Amino acid sequence: MNKQTIIEINNLHKYYQVGDETVKALRGVDLSISKGEFVAVMGTSGSGKSTLLNILGCLDLPTKGDYFLDGENVKTLNRNQLAEIRNKKLGFVFQSYNLLPRTSALENVELPLLYNPLVSNSERREKAEQALIAVGLKDRMKHLSNQMSGGQQQRVAIARSIVNNPVVIFADEATGNLDTRTSFEIMALFQELNDKGMTICFVTHEPDIAKFTKRNVVFRDGFIIKDELIENRNNANHALAQLKEETYSFDN
Amino acid sequence: MRLINLFKIAIAAIRRNKMRSFLTMLGIVIGVAAVIAMLAIGQGSNQSIRETISSMGTNLINVMPASQNRGGVQKGRSSSQTLDVADVTYLKNNSTLISAISPELDGSGQIVYGSNNWPTSIYSGNEEYSFIKKYEVESGRTYTTKEIKNAAKVCLVGQTVIENIFTDDVDPIGKTIRFNNIPFKIIGTLKEKGDNTFGQDQDDMILAPYTTVMKRLFRQTHLRAIVISAKSEEQITETSAEITKLLRMSHKLKDSEDDDFEIRTQEELISNFGSISEMMLVLLGSIAAISLVVGGIGIMNIMYVSVTERTREIGLRMSIGGKGRDILRQFLLEATLLSVLGGIIGVVFGIVTSNVVANLLAWPILITTDSIVLSFLFCTFIGVFFGWYPAKKASALNPIEALRHE
Repeated sequence: MNKQTIIEINNLHKYYQVGDETVKALRGVDLSISKGEFVAVMGTSGSGKSTLLNILGCLDLPTKGDYFLDGENVKTLNRNQLAEIRNKKLGFVFQSYNLLPRTSALENVELPLLYNPLVSNSERREKAEQALIAVGLKDRMKHLSNQMSGGQQQRVAIARSIVNNPVVIFADEATGNLDTRTSFEIMALFQELNDKGMTICFVTHEPDIAKFTKRNVVFRDGFIIKDELIENRNNANHALAQLKEETYSFDN
Repeated sequence: MRLINLFKIAIAAIRRNKMRSFLTMLGIVIGVAAVIAMLAIGQGSNQSIRETISSMGTNLINVMPASQNRGGVQKGRSSSQTLDVADVTYLKNNSTLISAISPELDGSGQIVYGSNNWPTSIYSGNEEYSFIKKYEVESGRTYTTKEIKNAAKVCLVGQTVIENIFTDDVDPIGKTIRFNNIPFKIIGTLKEKGDNTFGQDQDDMILAPYTTVMKRLFRQTHLRAIVISAKSEEQITETSAEITKLLRMSHKLKDSEDDDFEIRTQEELISNFGSISEMMLVLLGSIAAISLVVGGIGIMNIMYVSVTERTREIGLRMSIGGKGRDILRQFLLEATLLSVLGGIIGVVFGIVTSNVVANLLAWPILITTDSIVLSFLFCTFIGVFFGWYPAKKASALNPIEALRHE
């Protein structure tokens, strides 16, 4: 593979001190993610997938091992430099959306750019509008976050994650709070973004959702136990159409 | 992070919680309004006292007999008889700094006119007396040098006296009234001066030549006081020193002897009353300042709750690139904006309250720029001071834990 490597981790360890006990959340993980990949990180709770996501998302530093993000060794960076990396190179989508309450979709999407002094006011507005158009919320820009459905809120969150044109998006159980149909809609959106070249790292424990990605990495007890490419990934739009059909026949 | 963006974020956060922001500000609003209103009332009465004293003439110097000590017994000032007309003449002839000088005698008594009578005071001096004490003639004329020389039984009457002994359409000039059974012909009326700050009616008086009062009314040779006008306000101290020197010479006092007279200037009077009203001012001001501090603690309380309540928001801001110092500045700015906004509303509210007090209770008020600037700066300081700790707490949060916070 001569594609550009976005994420490269070598022999990554992460230990936590809980009381007298040392919890080994990650015990030597090697992983490489290239540009344009759509990776599902799977595993039961306690398998270490959340810990990995925190480290990959530059929210936490590894105890041992190296992490190169877009060619930069993250381990050597301080708190402020990590914040800058998150601001310029990463996008986050959370299970519970984490939108600012009583704030318009547009303002929510603008938020990451507010923390970047290089982006002018007009540029910020323009980028936020484009991001909202990309997630299909062209007509909902002025809507307040608390006036939207869960699916719409998650779309705003996705728009927020892509507004800074990141090298990779991290999604943490991004469909966890949504019903099946809305989940499929969100996955279709992620597939669409991925088709346009966006690298996505998607943490989930649902195999159904993982089928929509291109590569599944499964964790157990701090190790990767499976890392496989998905040959025929499910097309979320097809799944959605099928779901509608099923509902239709069920209703009749 | 750009400063303008910081302002946007802080203002948006305040607007998201309008009710809470308003209640937080209320403490500061009341505090600032209280400070401004209290200072306005305090400074107003201070100013009014000064004006009253100044209206008696800022160049005024009062020379009074000193209370005397005879054989260990302290005698009151009124029993002292150390000043007489000769002193006035001596000062007039020898002083270079005096612009006007007059003997002064006063006393109280009953005025009778026809079937009306009224208790009032009589003041008396020479032809320069009205100038020194700032009495102005409304109609008629003042007494002449000849009338002073002859101890003529003439007088000028104040407005309160006119109201009380004459019916509406009677012209008092030319009428004869009796003061303690001595008949006085009214030759003029005095312009209204109103009450002074001490509540004394300055129009309840009659004015007569000092010779008349000395010889015909009280039958005494000593004076109650000598009133002097210095050439200018700046020369008051100098003039007082000269008067002391001249009077000691004319009274032939030895160096070992104390002055048998006492000099009072308006400046002393102002500083005496000034210190009392300044004490009041400090007292009122500090009570108001306490309410401002309480308002500040209110801000701290709310900001503290706000940090806990918005932990997830802080986690999110950090995860999308907010640095610790951005979070610190945001919360600090929120607190400061709240207190500044509260300060602005408080200033307006304070000015309105002061004017209401002035109109309803007829109290003198004085709103100074100083008091506005002072309370404004103080509440800004309070915002920063009490906003610091919660802001610091917010900035030190771990983004992972903050995001997980329920």
